Amino acid sequence: MAVVFQAIGAATALSSANVFDSKRIQFSYGRSLSERKASICAVRSDGMLYSGSSPRGRKPEPLISNAVATKAEGSTASAASKPGHELLLYEALREGLEEEMARDPTVCVIGEDVGHYGGSYKVTRGLAEKYGDLRVLDTPIAENSFTGMAIGAAMTGLRPIVEGMNMGFLLLAFNQISNNCGMLHYTSGGQFTIPVVIRGPGGVGRQLGAEHSQRLESYFQSIPGIQLVACSTPYNAKGLMKAAIRSENPVILFEHVLLYNLKERIPDEEYVLNLEEAEMVRPGEHVTILTYSRMRYHVMQATKMLVNKGYDPEVIDIRSLKPFDLYTIGNSVKKTHRVLIVEECMRTGGIGASLTAAINENFHDYLDAPIVCLSSQDVPTPYAGTLEEWTVVQPPQIVTAVEQLCQLQ
Amino acid sequence: MASAFYTINTIQPGHRTANKTFNNPNSPFLGSSRKLRLVPFSNTIQSAASVRRQSTIVAVSSSDVVKKKKTNSSFSHSDLLITREEGLELFEDMVLGRGFEDMCAQMYYRGKMFGFVHLYNGQEAVSTGFIKLLTKEDSVVSTYRDHVHALSKGVPARQVMSELFGKTTGCCRGQGGSMHMFSKEFNVLGGFAFIGEGIPVATGAAFTSKYRREVLKEADSDHVTLAFFGDGTCNNGQFFECLNMAALWKLPIVFVVENNLWAIGMSHLRATSDPEIWKKGPAFGMPGVHVDGMDVLKVREVAKEAIGRARRGEGPTLIECETYRFRGHSLADPDELRDPVEKSHYATRDPITALKKYMFEHNLAKEDEFKAIEKKIEEMMEDAVEFADASPLPPRPQLLENVFADPKGFGIGPDGRYRCEDPKFTQGTAHV
Repeated sequence: MAVVFQAIGAATALSSANVFDSKRIQFSYGRSLSERKASICAVRSDGMLYSGSSPRGRKPEPLISNAVATKAEGSTASAASKPGHELLLYEALREGLEEEMARDPTVCVIGEDVGHYGGSYKVTRGLAEKYGDLRVLDTPIAENSFTGMAIGAAMTGLRPIVEGMNMGFLLLAFNQISNNCGMLHYTSGGQFTIPVVIRGPGGVGRQLGAEHSQRLESYFQSIPGIQLVACSTPYNAKGLMKAAIRSENPVILFEHVLLYNLKERIPDEEYVLNLEEAEMVRPGEHVTILTYSRMRYHVMQATKMLVNKGYDPEVIDIRSLKPFDLYTIGNSVKKTHRVLIVEECMRTGGIGASLTAAINENFHDYLDAPIVCLSSQDVPTPYAGTLEEWTVVQPPQIVTAVEQLCQLQ
Repeated sequence: MASAFYTINTIQPGHRTANKTFNNPNSPFLGSSRKLRLVPFSNTIQSAASVRRQSTIVAVSSSDVVKKKKTNSSFSHSDLLITREEGLELFEDMVLGRGFEDMCAQMYYRGKMFGFVHLYNGQEAVSTGFIKLLTKEDSVVSTYRDHVHALSKGVPARQVMSELFGKTTGCCRGQGGSMHMFSKEFNVLGGFAFIGEGIPVATGAAFTSKYRREVLKEADSDHVTLAFFGDGTCNNGQFFECLNMAALWKLPIVFVVENNLWAIGMSHLRATSDPEIWKKGPAFGMPGVHVDGMDVLKVREVAKEAIGRARRGEGPTLIECETYRFRGHSLADPDELRDPVEKSHYATRDPITALKKYMFEHNLAKEDEFKAIEKKIEEMMEDAVEFADASPLPPRPQLLENVFADPKGFGIGPDGRYRCEDPKFTQGTAHV
């Protein structure tokens, strides 16, 4: 049962111009293809998300080349028996955030434009009205200092969530993240904990230019003492957000600019996911494809093509970028003996590079072929649409790589 | 309540006319002895805290430095800045700081501690003057020159010495070292090696105090945070960013600048366009206060005011304490750049001697009491060194112990179990 993506190009610079809309069937309701309607949310030039006059039955926009088809399956771990409710990824993040804020009064949000503006991607919309200006704090543009402030607040008993308006801005906070966030628990001999969550949108968007299209996972991955997670669906976004807030460790949660408008049905009852576990997206036999964040969708699109050609890839969304879930990954490698890593990070020193090393070290005996890692090119993301497309891994490349891998004996 | 600050050199926000005593924009504000100039006392300023630096080679007697509040010559108790008990407490704290740092130097040269060790000799008045006014729940954030801040806040000398020796009984289990003194019990939030790094952390601690009062409705939450840092830090972005945020949200924090005129070998005058740091406070909407940091009583007066302001929720204060370090920047610094004349000038202004003299003159204590305190501190130092020497070095399993508060952060191993559940992982025999 395939679901169709609709992608719309928009001209805005600030907001995530492109919108993906996905509906994944998780529960066995026997809904036929005809019942499913394409819901489109368009982003206009004022940056506000709107749903138009009628949420359903809108005239679909023309399909563009990288529309993605995902294979629907009931593989999400805790498929509930209740219907659940549908929402977009940024709403799922907000729901998780709001539930945690209601549960624990020490949870607060610190960032630029998180309060009155509701967050540049609307993740914190409505929270300042509900919880007040001190709990959802609009900061001046001083990333290093307000990240340090969040760390100081975390040391003295609060649980702040720092929002980077774009993950790239957190480069300015690198001093505090590297020196204080990761280190203070250790250098204080375990006296102070830093239960801070640093989150924000990153990744290559739709022609946002080099500085707004950075993939910083690799920059942060060497910092001892922090955990990195990347969300990719509304379900895991909410679950990881809650888990990150509840964790006593500092966690950096990577979101992707282009995924904020993914729609999915998630359970009504409360759930928290595991920060250190990977997610099995599609079980298979021939090859293990490891991916995370937006590339998951490129992989799933490639998978559709591969399935038509007779291949059976196993797709795992690693979710936890640091530490790696070597158990799930290992079991998969032991089954398929071939690994393809598809990531948006840069080639040099990226998450894929670390993952390749980790798999080689731990599961070398189980590999029938060298690990193939498809990463973004080592270039500053160009503005031009064609160049930008070639910077990032595209589904045809994934298909070719799998074909080559599977031919090696 | 603003009156005490008024008599000191401050510019309140909105007041544009500066104090009369420094009306010469061409001459540098402070600096080495070559550039000191004679500043006549204005008759309108009588307060103890308004003393400016005197001219070059004249030795300034410490009794001139502390002026009595009233002009009459008979010393009644109401004139005194401190009581006898307070005086002895201040004296003991400063002697503790001095004694500890001297012992550190000895131990360093004997090979008991390594790395970068930055000593506080000469600046004790600032630490004692401020920190002795705090409660246990108030927080202190410092820089790499943090031994004495930790001691003044109450961290036992044994623990600090052990930490310096790298033993597991140190306040940070030997994992922090000289530049990272932390104590949850006494609310010492560090100890930071990069300058300016601690100021946002202090701002965060002040934010928590305000949050507790206003969001969590803990009515008695009025904890104050003190951020100590030096003159070099005042050119750093984090300083300015935090002044802005603290004033914006009226956080209960006091920014204390320990201006000892030198950032390793960089003179403050060579690094700063406008060397008068206290003036930078009003630019952000908070009072900027200047005080003689070699005089513990003046520092204490100013500190009382600033801490009181913060506790009442009136917002932050920037206090510049002009002080001096008698030793080099660190024990590895040959200290060749500073003028010996400048050093000897400040040696005559030793804060401990000054306090002693004040207390003698006001008949607050006798010589044998001071001697008793000095002996007590000496014994405490010997005891601290013995304790540190006898303490064990950290064992191998300690290496990975505090990396994560929740050790599940090490991840899931290939066998499906969390790494931290594997005993070989912490023992160091498993593959990380």
